[in-house]
Amino acid sequence: MATTADTFQAHAEEHHHDADHKPGFFARWFMSTNHKDIGTLYLVFSIFAGIIGGAISGLMRWELAQPGIQILGQISLWLNGNTDMDQALHTWNVLITAHGLIMVFFVVMPATMGGFANWFVPLMIGAPDMAFPRMNNVAFWLTVAGFTSLMTSVFMPGGTAHGAGVGWTVYAPLSTTGSPGPAVDFAIFSLHLAGAGSIMSSINFITTIFNMRAPGMTLHKMPLFVWSVLVTAFLLLLALPVLAAAITMLITDRNFGTTFFDQSGGGDPVLYQHLFWFFGHPEVYIMIIPGFGMISQIVATFSRKPVFGYLGMAYAMVAIGVVGFVVWAHHMYTTGMSVNTKMYFTAATMVIAVPTGIKIFSWIATMWGGSLEFKSPLVWALGFIFLFTVGGVTGVVLANGGIDDNLQDTYYVVAHFHYVLSLGAVFSLFAGFYYWFPKMSGRMHSEFLAHLHFWVFFIGVNVVFFPQHFLGMNGMPRRYPDYAPAFKFWNEVSSYGYLIMATGMVIFFVNLVYAFTAGKKAAGNYWGEGATTLEWSLSSPPPFHQFETLPVIEEHHSHHNAIGDASTAGAH
Amino acid sequence: MNFGDIARKRLSFLVFFFAALALFAAPQAAVAQATPQVAASAASPAAPPAKAADTSAAPAAPAASAYTPLGPEWIKGAPTPGAIDFQKQYSPTGRFAYRFHQVLLIPIITVISLFVLALLLWVTVRYNRRRNPVPSKTSHNTLIEIIWTVIPVLILVVIAVPSITLLSRQYKSPPKDALTVKATGYQWYWGYSYPDNGGFEVISHMLPDEEAVKRGEPPQLAADNRMVLPVGVPIRLQTTGADVIHAFAVPSLWFKLDAVPGRINEKTLFIEEPGIYYGQCSELCGARHGYMPIAVEAVPMDKFNAWIASQGGTVKGAKAALPATEKQPAASAAPGAPAAGQAPGPETPASPAAGPAA
Repeated sequence: MATTADTFQAHAEEHHHDADHKPGFFARWFMSTNHKDIGTLYLVFSIFAGIIGGAISGLMRWELAQPGIQILGQISLWLNGNTDMDQALHTWNVLITAHGLIMVFFVVMPATMGGFANWFVPLMIGAPDMAFPRMNNVAFWLTVAGFTSLMTSVFMPGGTAHGAGVGWTVYAPLSTTGSPGPAVDFAIFSLHLAGAGSIMSSINFITTIFNMRAPGMTLHKMPLFVWSVLVTAFLLLLALPVLAAAITMLITDRNFGTTFFDQSGGGDPVLYQHLFWFFGHPEVYIMIIPGFGMISQIVATFSRKPVFGYLGMAYAMVAIGVVGFVVWAHHMYTTGMSVNTKMYFTAATMVIAVPTGIKIFSWIATMWGGSLEFKSPLVWALGFIFLFTVGGVTGVVLANGGIDDNLQDTYYVVAHFHYVLSLGAVFSLFAGFYYWFPKMSGRMHSEFLAHLHFWVFFIGVNVVFFPQHFLGMNGMPRRYPDYAPAFKFWNEVSSYGYLIMATGMVIFFVNLVYAFTAGKKAAGNYWGEGATTLEWSLSSPPPFHQFETLPVIEEHHSHHNAIGDASTAGAH
Repeated sequence: MNFGDIARKRLSFLVFFFAALALFAAPQAAVAQATPQVAASAASPAAPPAKAADTSAAPAAPAASAYTPLGPEWIKGAPTPGAIDFQKQYSPTGRFAYRFHQVLLIPIITVISLFVLALLLWVTVRYNRRRNPVPSKTSHNTLIEIIWTVIPVLILVVIAVPSITLLSRQYKSPPKDALTVKATGYQWYWGYSYPDNGGFEVISHMLPDEEAVKRGEPPQLAADNRMVLPVGVPIRLQTTGADVIHAFAVPSLWFKLDAVPGRINEKTLFIEEPGIYYGQCSELCGARHGYMPIAVEAVPMDKFNAWIASQGGTVKGAKAALPATEKQPAASAAPGAPAAGQAPGPETPASPAAGPAA
């Protein structure tokens, strides 16, 4: 690597003026075509949306801290101008809907596929920028427009009260005949916009990865993060049009008298669920697979070892992506499917545990024999591996159609998907953030605060979500603003956990402030020997335009994560 | 120190692993064997709890005209404060599923989680920079990769067998002459209709919290009119939605079925003991989704018939001028007595053909 890096650095110095010519503020941030600037915009947007989504979950935990109605009346008063009970209860549904949609479409996806992928895919494959820079910009602003539409929906009439109270799944007929008023239309339109943006950026990633790799970087030498983005982009490209079709049918059912999902006109409400989950299940892998990629980079870097079983890791992601498309109806076990269908989906769903297990064990094998340095990204990655395992095994429980007959739509499901997403995907996001933040900003964060953030957050999220397994097994349904007194104890514990978690987030923001005000300048490769992918050959932050002369990945080059050890790999 | 070497040296560990697998397989067999017992006990339901016997003679009263709702001492299927487990199960499939979960799933997922945790702790202790300053360059080992692919597959096969068994049990059709009861989800209450008993419908709303407490029932779960069902016989329970999708769910009976407008879903429900079993709507259905509980009151067949009569319905099979041996109500004083002798009349109701729509 050293050779490539030095050559390139020398080159960058020569052309310093061209490389660092930045446009003025408005042109740079509002008409941006630079993948790094767009990546930054996505990350800032994701953090902003995350604050709103996280605040909403705070309101929900506050409401659920005790039996009875706590604060819904006040929120409803602010939103609807009165304290009518039905309107207050509708407001609860607005909160759960907004929390789900924001976290999925406007926090996790913009952070992984928008922020980190935009920033680091071109850097890691040695490309000057994305293939379609202008489309990249459009995709970002469509996401912002989608978010605006969703926020607008909260203040629109949505049936019983203001806002769309249909859940993030937007099931018909609650979302059609059950919710008059424009709120649901705005929420659906929000998904259209965000979806169109995601389709554009996935086309962009596929084109970039297939055509713009530096000379010598074959597909089987790409860093695993790039592999993860490639797989995710294909999932998005195949899944999102199905969602778009389904919600377009919702729109026409709502406004133009069609009856796709209305039994009185020959339609079927369950059809919507099939279409939604044909998108919805790949969607959960869309959220987690880029995280897999980041964890692979981080584990290899801080073990100072190449990733164990590189090909197995890459194709495990491909396998998860493929199988992820044929298991959707395990979200619908109680809709009245035939027994044979249920048996098939039970078996197919459990199959996913196999490639997932390969990944978990390969990460551990990467560390095995390594020389681990416990910098904050590795600590977050270790947390990820463990928590994702816990979320994964409860997934195996839920995969059993017969067991799901009890657990479907209970807090057990809530606990499961927060373990794989709120604890899994979000831990990978923070791992990636601390890994690359100095690269992006040029400033070092505080490692102490990053570790403190980890421990407080780790304890917090476990206190929030682990008791929810108990609530679910004991029979508490999800999406309930109130509950029987028997559920009080664990709900209270869960709400206290939120306070711990929120404290962790405060530490995160303090760390950001610290980095930007007092953080040391970051060197080009601040993680040292183990960090071998191409982004570490550049300065921190990288020049405004990088790789004007393409780096060459040489055949004998043996320290690259993706390449593995030439002597043991043999078959390159 | 090469990873492959370690793996080969630890072949004994593998042997241990397969032994563990065999251990997992054993309970699977146990689950399978346990079920005939469950079925047997189902055929002769247990007597009501002793404490109830002296406080309430109601379920024991065979008098056809003397229906009184079960008191709070009969509450069986309800959440337990602070519990970390499933509710106690009162149906054969529920007990099978619960055993499957306790005997097989919980141990497997616990062991896997602890195994991963132990490996993580081990690498952090053994392979940190201080103890292992020079990293190995190992990046491939076919044997270990095959092992960690094959073993999870075997574990999943072990899980799949009882899982598929459970599914086929849950989907066993009720006998042709089984009692049909239909639960209709409305925004935001339940309607329970009895097509075999004259087709009347009972409307069931949530009780206000104070009223529930006054009656000794759990707030949020108690309903003004319960869904009365007979114990000890298979019931063909159908669900449908009147406006949006609801879901009929009773955790202690391991029963959950969506109530979808335009469809009739159907599943067999078998309650082993008399008692009160609570459930709640389990599909988001609008503002008062959290306020349409399900309260099932399971009583012996004779008492059920008395209840039917009190609702102005007709007792199933009564019209058919059956031989005296099958006269209703069966004079069974034992609460929860099996209804085996009560073969219903020949004119089985024409239940909607939709069945478990696929």
